Amino acid sequence: MEFFEDWPQYFEVAINWSDRLLAGLWTTVQLTLFGGLLAFVIAVTLGLLAGSPNRWLRIPARILIEFFRGVSLVVLLFWLMFVLPQIWMRNPDLPFRDLVYNTFLLGVIALGLNYGAYGAEAVRASLTTVSSGQWEATTALSMSWSHKMRRIIFPQAWALMLPSLANLWVHLLKGSAIAYIMPFVSDFTAELNQLRRPTDIWFSHAFIGLVVYFILALILTVIMQTLEARAKHKLGRGPSLREILSPAPKAVMAEGSAVTVTDPPQDPAGPDSASAKTEGGVRR
Amino acid sequence: MKTRIHAAEIDDPSMVDEEEIRQSPFWDWDFAFDAFPDIFMAFVEVTLLVTVIGSLVAAVLGLVIAILIMVLPKPLAWVVRWVANFIRMTPIVVQLIFVFWAFVWMDALTIGIIVFGVHYATYMSEVYRAGIESVPKGQWEATTALSMSAGRIWRKVVIPQALRSTVPSLGNYAISMFKDTPFLLVIGVAEMVTVAGERGAPVFRTTEVYTIAGLLFLAASYPTAVLINRLEKRLAYAH
Repeated sequence: MEFFEDWPQYFEVAINWSDRLLAGLWTTVQLTLFGGLLAFVIAVTLGLLAGSPNRWLRIPARILIEFFRGVSLVVLLFWLMFVLPQIWMRNPDLPFRDLVYNTFLLGVIALGLNYGAYGAEAVRASLTTVSSGQWEATTALSMSWSHKMRRIIFPQAWALMLPSLANLWVHLLKGSAIAYIMPFVSDFTAELNQLRRPTDIWFSHAFIGLVVYFILALILTVIMQTLEARAKHKLGRGPSLREILSPAPKAVMAEGSAVTVTDPPQDPAGPDSASAKTEGGVRR
Repeated sequence: MKTRIHAAEIDDPSMVDEEEIRQSPFWDWDFAFDAFPDIFMAFVEVTLLVTVIGSLVAAVLGLVIAILIMVLPKPLAWVVRWVANFIRMTPIVVQLIFVFWAFVWMDALTIGIIVFGVHYATYMSEVYRAGIESVPKGQWEATTALSMSAGRIWRKVVIPQALRSTVPSLGNYAISMFKDTPFLLVIGVAEMVTVAGERGAPVFRTTEVYTIAGLLFLAASYPTAVLINRLEKRLAYAH
């Protein structure tokens, strides 16, 4: 088959263009990191607001979440790229003019808003899954809101939300490939696409691209699994990272048990509406 | 050899007549009503078509993958699982372009349906796997006790029980696929967002067309998500 006979040639071209490919890869990594960071901030903020009992905080947060989740990423991106600058075009005196024309920044914002809204759902759900006894205990000890969130509720919710956030981060990496259609941002996919012009053998490079994205996604998954193991160890529900990483046979057993301890803690008193909702949404 | 212009450098609006755009209103209702039918037709003819057929392909193929992983001998099952992982963890944009150039004789819309179907099948296979694992062990033991054939076990006992709890998750993935359909523009399928852009480009009006596209996405995905959420709750209580 031609496809396999031409492989050496493909690799030669890929190596000749490696500096541009690496530059594109760096752009993709930056999009993933900055987009992921923004998404995380938005997810935690909106998630906490959407989980709050105050309806003046909850309802606006829910509207924002549903809006940015329901609008497709591409539509959001196009709206930021092509519609937002029109406001500045009509009023050239408005501040932040340069930022509105910075497509990389707009890409990061689009990724952050879209996946942040998905993440907010995960944050909210994991907050309601923290057992209600813990919430009641913080009230009994009359802890301040920030104190109880920082020291009691969030560390427990953190271990629960990490698997969903890991999935979303991989989704964000995959979504960042759409930066390929953005003008003035040469991400990895865009640079691969540039290879097609001089070589005309582009589809095998697309395969190389798939492999590279797969490796990136695996790296993200490993990072998040490390974070999850650490969060669980801090809650006393699993081995420490040192135990997992050490080659002793005992540690291998411990790792197995760390994987199985994924059940959220049972809540004995849960007839409130929040935990009844999680009964349907998260646990089952 | 930096050939592209850096993003910070585009401060030059000379490509369009800025004065003319500045005179025009930000939102033009006449143009919005004028453009709506085209965008809506693209929505029905391409976006919904890809979503519906793609979801069906994904639902069937996902079940096949899930059963193959459980039935095949270990090394083969491992291969199937990692191929599925590979498809799941790589961007659909690059997959679309890869298949588009690997199968040049194929129609772009067909490629879109196949790629979306296969990509989401790998997600749905995980849902089916969880559903199959949730079938109680006693059911499996009972089929052995009744010495049922393998085909009969899957068709009559396991799958009917496993499918019930999977419906909401499958629906959620169908919604995800729906919201991913604009990725089809990278292989030149005239789906809704592309048509919206084409409609707006000649007159330099982007506000209306992209807003209409976004609102159509919201209008279709939000009610479906609410319905699926209700179904999920009902199924959870029924259990």
